[in-house]
Amino acid sequence: MEYVIRFAQVHETFRRPEIESLAALAGIDLEILYYDQFSPYCVIRVPTEADARTLIARSILAKDIFELWGQGTNYEEVHADVRRRTQHRWDEFKNVSFRFTIDSFCGKRKIEAKRAIIQSFSYVGFDGPIRMKNPDEDFWVLEDFVSDVEVATRTPGNTHAYSEALEPRKIYLGRWIANSSRNIVSKYDLKKRRYISTTSMDAELSLVTANMAHAAPGRLFYDPFVGTGSFCVAAAHFGALTCGSDIDPRSFKGREKNDKEPMGLFTNFQQYGIESKFMDAFSSDLTNTPLLNRQFLDGIVCDPPYGVREGLRVLGTRDGSGREEVIIDGVPAHYRPGYIPPKKPYGFEAMQNDILAFASRTLVTDGRLCMWMPTSIDEDVELLIPMHPHLEVVSVSVQPFNQWSRRLITYRRLPEGQVSDISKARQKGDSEGISADDLNAFRRKVCHQYTLSYAP
Amino acid sequence: MKLITANFLTCAVKGCKASPASFPLHFRDAELELQELDFQPDFIRNIVPRIDWHALQIMANELGFPKILDKKPEGDELKDEQILKELHRLLLETHINEGKLTCGNCGHEYLIKEGIANFLLPSHLV
Repeated sequence: MEYVIRFAQVHETFRRPEIESLAALAGIDLEILYYDQFSPYCVIRVPTEADARTLIARSILAKDIFELWGQGTNYEEVHADVRRRTQHRWDEFKNVSFRFTIDSFCGKRKIEAKRAIIQSFSYVGFDGPIRMKNPDEDFWVLEDFVSDVEVATRTPGNTHAYSEALEPRKIYLGRWIANSSRNIVSKYDLKKRRYISTTSMDAELSLVTANMAHAAPGRLFYDPFVGTGSFCVAAAHFGALTCGSDIDPRSFKGREKNDKEPMGLFTNFQQYGIESKFMDAFSSDLTNTPLLNRQFLDGIVCDPPYGVREGLRVLGTRDGSGREEVIIDGVPAHYRPGYIPPKKPYGFEAMQNDILAFASRTLVTDGRLCMWMPTSIDEDVELLIPMHPHLEVVSVSVQPFNQWSRRLITYRRLPEGQVSDISKARQKGDSEGISADDLNAFRRKVCHQYTLSYAP
Repeated sequence: MKLITANFLTCAVKGCKASPASFPLHFRDAELELQELDFQPDFIRNIVPRIDWHALQIMANELGFPKILDKKPEGDELKDEQILKELHRLLLETHINEGKLTCGNCGHEYLIKEGIANFLLPSHLV
């Protein structure tokens, strides 16, 4: 059966990977028949209506799904297609209550025009009552107009001269099936969350990340840069038990926490009533991790520090000193209260390689790693995807900003004996550098750009 | 810190990882607390096959729990609600609020305060 997904027109490069991830998670045989980054409507084929409901139920970037009754580039084609696809089923709907709605993406219709469009479908012969609230069946006419954004992107310089007064390029008639989970984005909105920081990932993209990583009931998830726990909260929403660590324990405890107060990260779990999905938080450094080399994690989700807003650090000393144990008043200094272990700058690429190596050691077969990474807009994209022979790159999505962008890379742990092609991966070690800029091409680039643009 | 987490932890010192004496870490001076949670049988069923049963027995023994099952539950035993509930209590509801975890190889002590374990190493151990 063919269905139309109506997406939100946001985070375009995440939409298709999210739906594909959800299909893989539920074991649904999904075929995408039409997808365009500039259109909210996507046509798919899945075996049953139950599959369509399952597929959409967890989606964050889709709004809802419709059974496709007809499509075309003008109404003549749509009517012909509706007759061809559904004529044999019209009797089923003869006496049910129903409603027709028109959704015009980037287009406007006067009320009379809308009425005329709805009337043009009268040949289906529905005799049931028209009900604007809670009808048994809900039919939607979906009109896809060319947006100004698309015109501007496809033909630079030509802003919106040509998109007005045009007919839609594509029209669909759909029978509404089910809503997505998009409404939970506002529930997890950072503005309403008890414990956040400047680097907390927003609710929408945290939830999308949890979908890409296949967070689900019964599974164990880990975030090695947990911070205020945005990813743990999102994965916990979808039923996974979550665990996190951070090199800076203040980030998950709360900087001004009094004794006996619950740690900051946990208050977020309390706020959403998902305390039982919180497993643990501990202080550790991924490069010197205490976690076993054993395949026990179902998913790893993380947004590692970029070294721009947060300095990039691992345990150790910059000049290699501190090799001797320090004893103060007969007690080893590192067991005294308030001891802070020294940290040294670390390479951005070395950090990413550590994450991939860690994931390949600890993920179960088919377990997923979702890792965010920043890139400067003008860098060569393909070369920058870190790779590992035991991890297959499932998808790469980009969130563009003004001077830079960040990517979400999703990997799948391959079964033993299978290896992925890593010939395109970057071949560069950088753990030997000293200053933050030497180690971090991204930071160097961003800071340099900003220096130029803000120079008097 | 929960007992389940401790089952996946070893000494953070790189040289200790290869030594069998570094796992499991050993609890010292542990203060325990029971925190009731929603029963999650799916999770227990999924995670038990990944648990190192011998290590769990050692840790439960050090914490003074009555003897746990001799053998890791498998197959139909993982459908037995009583077994699942007992494991849920032991693995997820038992919290170590204060105490230490020590490495049997190098002797390093990792402190647990307010339920949060600290695995950050001093520079001479990195």
